[in-house]
Amino acid sequence: MEQTTPYSQVFVGDNRKRLDEVLTRYPAKRAGLLAALWMVQEQHGWVSDEAMAETASVLGLTPSYIKGVVTFYTMYHQHPVGKTFVQVCTTTPCNICGAEEVVEAFLEHTGCDDLGATSPDGKFTVIEVECLGACGFATPVMMNEDVIENVTPEKVPDLVKQYS
Amino acid sequence: MGYPHKPHDKETVILSEYFGDAEARSYAGWVKRGGYKALKASLEMQPAEVIEIVKSSGLRGRGGAGFPTGVKWSFMPKEKSKPHYLCCNADEAEPGTFKDREIMRWTPHALIEGCAIAQYAIQAEITYIYIRGEFTEPLRIMQAALDDAYGNGVLGDDAMGSGRRLDMYIHRGAGAYICGEETALMNSIEGQRGNPRIRPPFPAASGVFGMPTTINNVETLAAVPHIINRGPEWYKGLSLNNEKSSGTKLFSVAGHIQRPGNYEVTMGFPLGELINDLCGGMRQGRTLKACIPGGSSVPILNREETESCLLDYEGCVEMGTMLGSGGVIVFDDSADMVYQTMRLARFYAHESCAQCTQCREGTGWTVRILERILAGQGEQKDLDLLLDLADQMTGKTICVLSDSCAAVVISTIKRFRNEFEAYIAGTREPAVVAVGVG
Repeated sequence: MEQTTPYSQVFVGDNRKRLDEVLTRYPAKRAGLLAALWMVQEQHGWVSDEAMAETASVLGLTPSYIKGVVTFYTMYHQHPVGKTFVQVCTTTPCNICGAEEVVEAFLEHTGCDDLGATSPDGKFTVIEVECLGACGFATPVMMNEDVIENVTPEKVPDLVKQYS
Repeated sequence: MGYPHKPHDKETVILSEYFGDAEARSYAGWVKRGGYKALKASLEMQPAEVIEIVKSSGLRGRGGAGFPTGVKWSFMPKEKSKPHYLCCNADEAEPGTFKDREIMRWTPHALIEGCAIAQYAIQAEITYIYIRGEFTEPLRIMQAALDDAYGNGVLGDDAMGSGRRLDMYIHRGAGAYICGEETALMNSIEGQRGNPRIRPPFPAASGVFGMPTTINNVETLAAVPHIINRGPEWYKGLSLNNEKSSGTKLFSVAGHIQRPGNYEVTMGFPLGELINDLCGGMRQGRTLKACIPGGSSVPILNREETESCLLDYEGCVEMGTMLGSGGVIVFDDSADMVYQTMRLARFYAHESCAQCTQCREGTGWTVRILERILAGQGEQKDLDLLLDLADQMTGKTICVLSDSCAAVVISTIKRFRNEFEAYIAGTREPAVVAVGVG
């Protein structure tokens, strides 16, 4: 992917200290990889090839190894996403309680054309997610780091406004 | 208690006593409620004594497999020649299950205490609590509680004044159901893709970082302090005349039900009573059609089976299903069993780690065939094809994700074959199949 702005390093200053602290918890440096990738995503909003290269050099791994790990875990974004990333649980327990109508409402009110697409204003990306582990609070929706319980289509317009 | 509801008088609240009580989250609040007495008592015993108590309590793994906990601990080498590790499996992602989430949200110190006792019993230097990445609130609460526990000398270089060092860290996952499989979880801690490992070697011989490791579920570990405090005989007594299934179990009830939530009952409690009394029964004007009693990976039950099923390990097996993780999914007469089977198959296809052919291909083809049936383009032979595929997916792979998908298909076709046939015969309107991502 073409980089229009210069890459800003993640593992410098406080972040470097944070990572070093994390690495003391494990007997092998590689074990810090998931935490390191979380730090990358916290700073950049996604995990770019440049970020994978930086992470690789910091942990003594290869960029291709990092890519293998990044592509395995669904929570690491491999491309930029909207300012608010919306994940609606549509697995069976929520599905039978109307989760697909919640998805439809999010697509409509955010202006996202389709699942996985970002709205034209760059504010939202909406996806279906498999089981969020909150089945008794159907339908749970993750908006960035917040889990909102008992979401119904009627509540969607307010949520979209709140996160705009 | 049936969080978020008030406790029902048929419940036996032990693990869930403080659900909804925010004060129980702090170290001071937990100590006020009797916390950390069991850890102190354990640290004054020999590790083998602690294992013996847990063994004789009859506690079995609450994550799904139901393996006796004390026996699992006793597999760890007695003579220490290498570092030992404890992993706490908090990667709760089995559809229908949300009990570990509530344990961590409301009683984080109960889990820390249970982990510390287990860690001492198996002589581990470090516990890793592996929490799924989506559990942002439990992650926050657990981290605050861990900091609190370190600050108050529960953990660290002189744990509770015992002169022993106990360390405990949280490892955040990043979205992968399969990491709840114990060997995949260890790979994920090591910074690898979460692919399950071939066994043997078993974790007690070679686990995380190649060292002797024990992995236990959150609910299992949270039960341990109560067993230490009140004794194994007390715990054994919490059952329905069944020596093999003892204690209480948290059941997460979701789906078409009046009061979804977590309910804690003694082993052997009737499933029908859980649904009709504790959860308030079906929604207005609806009737019970089916129920998955132990999380999506166990066979589905029809109405009659649901009403006569007893909730313990043996009672569920008698009905042709399993207790699993205790995630109860209730379906009323409005549910389309063909569509929901497809949704569950889609879950397994999405979550397959893809290293075994039978699973990678089998889950994907199961979804495609079910979508074809739902679109009104199925043929009679498709049901045999699905069952044949399910047979090829059972008992042939490194882990049981493939078997779980097959169990859903086999059990639903067995009990609700007429619904599949209606789509194939064209007597039922084709369902619009929403296309999922991935």
